[in-house]
Amino acid sequence: MSSGPEMLELRLSRLYGLLLVFFLASVALVARAVNLQVAETEFLQGQGEARFLREVEIPTRRGIISDRNGEPFAISTPVDSVWVNPSELLQVPDKLEQLARVMETDPDELERKLNQRAGKEFVWLRRRLNPDLAAQIKALAIQGVFLQKEYRRFYPAGEVAAHVVGFTNIDDIGQEGLELAYNDWLIGETGTKRVIKDRLGRTVEEVELIREARPGNDLQLTIDRRLQYLAYMELKRTVLEHGARSGSVVLLDLENSEILAMVNQPSYNPNQPNASSHGLRNRAVTDVFEPGSVMKPFAVTSALEEGSVSPATAVETTPGTLQVSGHTIRDHHDYGLLDVTGVLTKSSNVGVTKLALELPAELMWDTYRRYGFGEATGTGFPGESAGVLRNHRRWRVLEQATISYGYGISATALQLAQAYAVIADHGRLRPPTLIQGATNPPLSVIDPNIAQQVAAMLETVTGPAGTGKKARVANYRVAGKTGTSRKASASGYASRYVASFAGFAPMSRPRLVGVVVINDPTGELYYGGDVAAPLFSKVMSGALRLMNIPPDDYSSLLVQADDELGGNQR
Amino acid sequence: MPSWVSLPRVDFVLLGLVLAVIATGLAVLYSASGQDAVYVERQAVRIAVGLLAMLVFSQVPPHVLRIWTPWLYAIAIVMVAATWFFGIGRNTQRWLDLGVVRFQPSELMKLAVPMAVAAFLHQRILPPGWKDTLVALLILAVPTFLIIRQPDLGTALLVASSGAFTLFLAGIRWRTIALAGVAGIAMAPVLWMFMEEYQRNRVRTFLDPDADPLGQGWNIIQSKIAVGSGGLTGKGWMNGTQAQLEFIPERHTDFILAVYAEEFGLLGVCGLLLLYLALIGRGLYIASVARDTYSRLLAGSLAMTLFVYVAVNGAMVAGLLPVVGVPLPLFSYGGTSAVTLLAGFGILMSIYSHRKFIRH
Repeated sequence: MSSGPEMLELRLSRLYGLLLVFFLASVALVARAVNLQVAETEFLQGQGEARFLREVEIPTRRGIISDRNGEPFAISTPVDSVWVNPSELLQVPDKLEQLARVMETDPDELERKLNQRAGKEFVWLRRRLNPDLAAQIKALAIQGVFLQKEYRRFYPAGEVAAHVVGFTNIDDIGQEGLELAYNDWLIGETGTKRVIKDRLGRTVEEVELIREARPGNDLQLTIDRRLQYLAYMELKRTVLEHGARSGSVVLLDLENSEILAMVNQPSYNPNQPNASSHGLRNRAVTDVFEPGSVMKPFAVTSALEEGSVSPATAVETTPGTLQVSGHTIRDHHDYGLLDVTGVLTKSSNVGVTKLALELPAELMWDTYRRYGFGEATGTGFPGESAGVLRNHRRWRVLEQATISYGYGISATALQLAQAYAVIADHGRLRPPTLIQGATNPPLSVIDPNIAQQVAAMLETVTGPAGTGKKARVANYRVAGKTGTSRKASASGYASRYVASFAGFAPMSRPRLVGVVVINDPTGELYYGGDVAAPLFSKVMSGALRLMNIPPDDYSSLLVQADDELGGNQR
Repeated sequence: MPSWVSLPRVDFVLLGLVLAVIATGLAVLYSASGQDAVYVERQAVRIAVGLLAMLVFSQVPPHVLRIWTPWLYAIAIVMVAATWFFGIGRNTQRWLDLGVVRFQPSELMKLAVPMAVAAFLHQRILPPGWKDTLVALLILAVPTFLIIRQPDLGTALLVASSGAFTLFLAGIRWRTIALAGVAGIAMAPVLWMFMEEYQRNRVRTFLDPDADPLGQGWNIIQSKIAVGSGGLTGKGWMNGTQAQLEFIPERHTDFILAVYAEEFGLLGVCGLLLLYLALIGRGLYIASVARDTYSRLLAGSLAMTLFVYVAVNGAMVAGLLPVVGVPLPLFSYGGTSAVTLLAGFGILMSIYSHRKFIRH
C-alpha cells in the first residue's frame, strides 16, 4: 500500500505545510525589501550618493611674477602628477610591471613600496611628470593609477633673479624671496566641483561647480630684467676675478625709489633649489657688514648740519695718525692739510674723526638715523636685516670716532643705497621698493643745500685726486665713495676685507644709485677703489645707456660732435 | 496524423512563466553588465541550449527517466569527483574543461540527487523506515560532502536541500525531522571546522558587515545600499547609479537582484517574487497531480529547490544571510545553472503531461 489514498493525503498535507513555510519566507523577504526600500531608503540613498558623489579640488594657477616690462621671472605651467591606489594596483601585477617599465623604475621596488602603503588609498608615485611620460601612463589605463593636474613653477631667469624671486616647494608654496613674502597674494584659491565617480575612481560626470577656482594674482616687480642680467654677469665676473667669497649689487632708480637690479653671488638655480645651499640668501638685504669709508659722507653731513664747518673748512690730518682713548686711528698716507671736501676725496680717517669728535653724539646719531641706518628699509623681504646703530647714549668717544668712518656700525647694501639716494635726491628719504606700484612717499630728512654740498664733495672722489677714479663712466659725471673695511673676526680685525662702492649718476640730475659690495676678495687687490669701483662703473654705464638717461654735458657733447663732423668735412 | 506523432508535451503555463522570467533576466543582465551586449548574447546562447534541454526532457516519460536515474547519479558522482583531479577555477575547483565548454558538474547534482532519492524511495514503503531514511540520507550526503570540499557552499546547500525535500515529501516522521534539526545545529561547530577560511570570513562578515567595510563587508553593504536606494518605484532601467558605476560587486552574477531592486524598486521586487512564486506554485501543482511516487517526489523537490534558490539569493542580497554563492535562477549570468534549471522544468513538463487524468 505504498500509494493508497490515505498516504497520498498525508503527503499532500506535507505539501501544504511547506506552502505555509514558503509563504512565511516570502513575507520575510518582502518585509525586508519594504524595510530597505521604504523605511531606510533615504539613509541608504544618502550612503549610495556618498559612494559616487565626490567633491574634487580644481587646481589653480599661481600668479606670474614679472619684471617692470612684463618679462616673466616666475610662471606656472600645467603638468601631470601620477598617484596610485596601492590595493587596486597590486591586484594587477602584470600592469604594475608595465607601469614600472614606462617609469623606468624597478618593478620589485615599486611593488615593495606599494605593499608598505597598502592600507592607504592615495600615494603619490611621481610629481610633475614630463608631458611625454604622462601621456604614456594615461595610455596604459591601469586601474588604480591616476593622473592629477598640477602646476609647476618655472623660473626663466634662473640664478640671475633667484634671490629676489625665490622659489616654491613641491606643493607650490613660497619658500624664499618674494615667492614667500607674497605667497598669499600669488597663491590663488582652488575651486571645488562635485563629480560622479565610479568604483575605480574614474570621473564619469561633472555634476556641479561648487566654487570656481580663482587664479593667483600676478606680481610685477620694479626689477628690470636687462639690468638684472647686466649686474649679475658683471658681479659674477668680479667675484671670480678677485676670488671673493660673496658679493652684492643694488641699483636704485631715484624717480620712484624703485629697485632696478638686486643681485648676489653666490647664487643658485631656483628651478632645482637645494635647500641647504649657502647661496640661498639675498645678501643685499639679509647680510649686514661694517661699511667702512662709504659711511664718511654721513658724518660730514652731520658736521655741516652742526653749522661750524663748510666744505672749505681746513682740517689738519698730519701726521696721518690720531690718538683717541688710547687707540691709534690711521690714514693710508699723511695727507697734510685738507679741507672737508678733501677729507672725503682722500678718505681720511683722521680728518673725519676730527670732524666727528667736535659733534654732539646725539646729533651725529640722529643724522645717521635720518639716513635710515639702524632700521629695516621696509621692503617686507623675508629676513631683511636692520643693521646695528647703537643708541648715542651708550657711545664712548672711541665709538663715535669709528662710527664716523664706518666701524662699530653695520648696514645692508640696500640700506646704503637708500642712504646715498637721500644725498642724491636733495635730502629726501624714500624707502626703496621691489613691487611695481608700491612706491613710498618721499620724506625730507636732510637740508637740500647740505645734501647738495655732500653730493658735490662726493663727485671729487671720482675726480683726478680721488680714490674712486675707476668708478667713472664716460660722458657722465659720477659721485660716490669707496669703502675698504677690515672684517671683524673673533681675534679682532683680520687682514680680510670688504670692498665697497656707493654712488650715483648723472651728477647734474641724479637718476640712478648703485651700491657694490665685494666680500673678502682674496687677490692682490682689495681696495674698494680697485675692486668695487670698476664693477660700479660697468653696471652704472650699462644702466645709464639702457635707461636712455642723457649725459650731464649732453649739449657740449653735441657741440663737440658737430665740431668733429665739421673738421672732417674740412 | 500517425499515432506515434504527438504534439510536443509542453506545459504552456510553465513555459510562459519561464519565458517571462528569462526575458526580464536578460534585460536586467544588459543593464547590470554595463550595457555590454556580449554578456547578453552569451547568456542567450546558454538559455537556448537550456530550452533545448527542456524540450528534450519534456519528451522523456517519467518512468524512463526513473530507469536512467542510477546511471545519471553515478555519472554525476564521477564527474564531481573528477573535479578534484582535473578541476579548474579561481580559488576553487568547480569546473571541468570539456574542450568546447567549461562545465560545472556539481550543477548536475541538483537534478541527480532528487532523482536518485525519489527513485530509491519509489520502490519502498512510505513513509520510509529508519533504514530507508538512512540510505536516502547517504545518497544525498555523499555528493553534498564532495561539493562542500570543492569548496562550493551554495551549490552544496541546494543539492542537500533538494535531496532533503524529496525525503520530506516522502513523509518521514516529524520526529526524525526534529532530530535532524537538532543534529544539524549540533553539527554546526563541526561544519565550521571543515569550512575554508574564506567561507568563515563570509559568516563573520554577515554577523558584522561593518567590521571591515572596505574588504569583506563591502559586498553586503554595497548590496544593501543599492537595494535601499531603489525606493518604492526604482530608478528605472539602466539608471541605477550603484549598478552602473560598478559599486555593486558581482553585479551580473550573484548580486544581479541588487541591480534589479535598485532599478525597479519595491514594486518590481514584489512583481518578480510573485512571478517566481507562480512558477513554484505551478511546480507544486504538477507534483500534486503526478501519477506515481517518483514523479510526485521529484516534481515537489524541484519546485521547492527553486524556492530555496530564490529565497537564499534574495536573503543574501538583502543582507539576511551570509554570502553563499547561490545565483538567482534564470537571472544570474552563468551557463550550467541555467541549463540544469531549464532541464528541470522539462522534467516537470513531462510529469505534467503524464499526470493521472482521474482522481478517484
